Amino acid sequence: MSQTDTRLLLLSPADNVLVARAPIAADEPIRVEGLDLLAAAAFSLGHKLARQPIRAGDPIVKYGAIIGTATADVPQGAHVHTHNVRSNYTATHTLEEARTAYEAAREVGKT
Amino acid sequence: MTELTGYLRSDGRKGIRNRVAVAYLVECAHHVAREIAWPNRRDAHVIGFPGCFPNAYAQGMMERLCTHPNVGAVLLVSLGCESFNRFQLESVIRESGRPVETLVIQRSGGTAATIAKGQAWVEAALAELSTQTRVPMDVSELVVGTVCGGSDGTSGISGNPAAGRAFDRLVEAGAACIFEETGELIGCEEIMADRAVTPELADILRASVAKAARYYATLGFGSFAAGNADGGLTTIEEKSLGAYAKSGQSRISGLIKPGDIPPKGGLYLMDVVPDGEVRFGFPNISDNAEIVEMMASGAHMTLFVTGRGSVVGSALAPVIKIAANPEMYQRLSADMDVNAGRIIEGTASVDEIGQEIYDLVLDAAAGRQTCSEAMGHAEFILTYKSFEPIGPACLPA
Repeated sequence: MSQTDTRLLLLSPADNVLVARAPIAADEPIRVEGLDLLAAAAFSLGHKLARQPIRAGDPIVKYGAIIGTATADVPQGAHVHTHNVRSNYTATHTLEEARTAYEAAREVGKT
Repeated sequence: MTELTGYLRSDGRKGIRNRVAVAYLVECAHHVAREIAWPNRRDAHVIGFPGCFPNAYAQGMMERLCTHPNVGAVLLVSLGCESFNRFQLESVIRESGRPVETLVIQRSGGTAATIAKGQAWVEAALAELSTQTRVPMDVSELVVGTVCGGSDGTSGISGNPAAGRAFDRLVEAGAACIFEETGELIGCEEIMADRAVTPELADILRASVAKAARYYATLGFGSFAAGNADGGLTTIEEKSLGAYAKSGQSRISGLIKPGDIPPKGGLYLMDVVPDGEVRFGFPNISDNAEIVEMMASGAHMTLFVTGRGSVVGSALAPVIKIAANPEMYQRLSADMDVNAGRIIEGTASVDEIGQEIYDLVLDAAAGRQTCSEAMGHAEFILTYKSFEPIGPACLPA
């Protein structure tokens, strides 16, 4: 049995993240570096998860190169994204806050 | 093997299309230009510059675009009071041997009369262009650009490396290939500098990325859209490393700026970030601005890798759309020329998709319409910028 799920892609041996090459549902069993886990969250195609435990302040390595710095401790198998990684160059802009506010307002409108 | 042919222009370059450009010289003339082109919109494409203030970059870009090898004739549409130097633009086009006419709306009887005159001119120009014959053309005479847009976590592991393989093949065959954009190469400066053909060029490549990092830091946003994060990209460095894969493995022969035409075959980086202090806003406000700059540097066509699913094409030069993401390909397959998502599904290798892209470049050059072209996409955007000229160490000896 392989040490890591075939749905998870290791791009370079130096990497501490794996890339989902197929969607993975929350609570689905996954195998990461010999460890059997239940997916802590849903992973869409192209999203990253921790190949090993990552500590706040550690570099995030993908393609064998540093793509940012962890802003929180990340357990093995957890989602690695904007909530726990910052750029070493320019901050990442997302529509997350706007979307949450919009969806909350629509919920209020429905009731 | 596809036999390539092209339309020979007076500067020795050859076009893979023979289009009429209808060019507005200020936004105030845009509607009239659009109406003029509309009845023949597959062959007559609208380009233009919206600003009323003069700008050397825009002037140079319009001169390059109106004498692009894919352009056979040009109709300029002026309101009459804008600052654009239409006299110089018309002279440059005339000297290139192309049919050219300028219509000034204020002197041509207004909207309706100018549209009527313009439509008649375009009809006559198309009739003339249809009599031109194509001459044999070699792969080494092609200039091909590459951009990516709507990138996600799949772009850097499927579409971009496959486009890179196609670039390697083209460079090997003697073609000129151009990649960009320095704002999306932040974090790649050292590995990229290692591929420069001279130590001087290595320093220039590093400096171009440092300039981009400063420029975007001042603006407060990286070259990173909200959709990039939805698709799994977390930082600009991560996006950059994926984008960098489009350049393939060839040595880097030179650095050009928009409108500089590669002097010979090889791989070139286009520095798209303005020089000097930050002015006029974001370097390229959307993907089509990058495609326009590729065309101004002579690109006959542009490879466009997309993960989230961009549907755009371009005026004047075809766009080959490469889907990086297999889920998106299922949703937008009619918009996509190549399904690089098969690499992620494990049903094709990077080499196989690279070969497919290379073959499609030759087919499109030979006249096959790309998906966006067949559906009438002809987007165009040009805004204000300012650049210093490149130095001699930027180009191969």
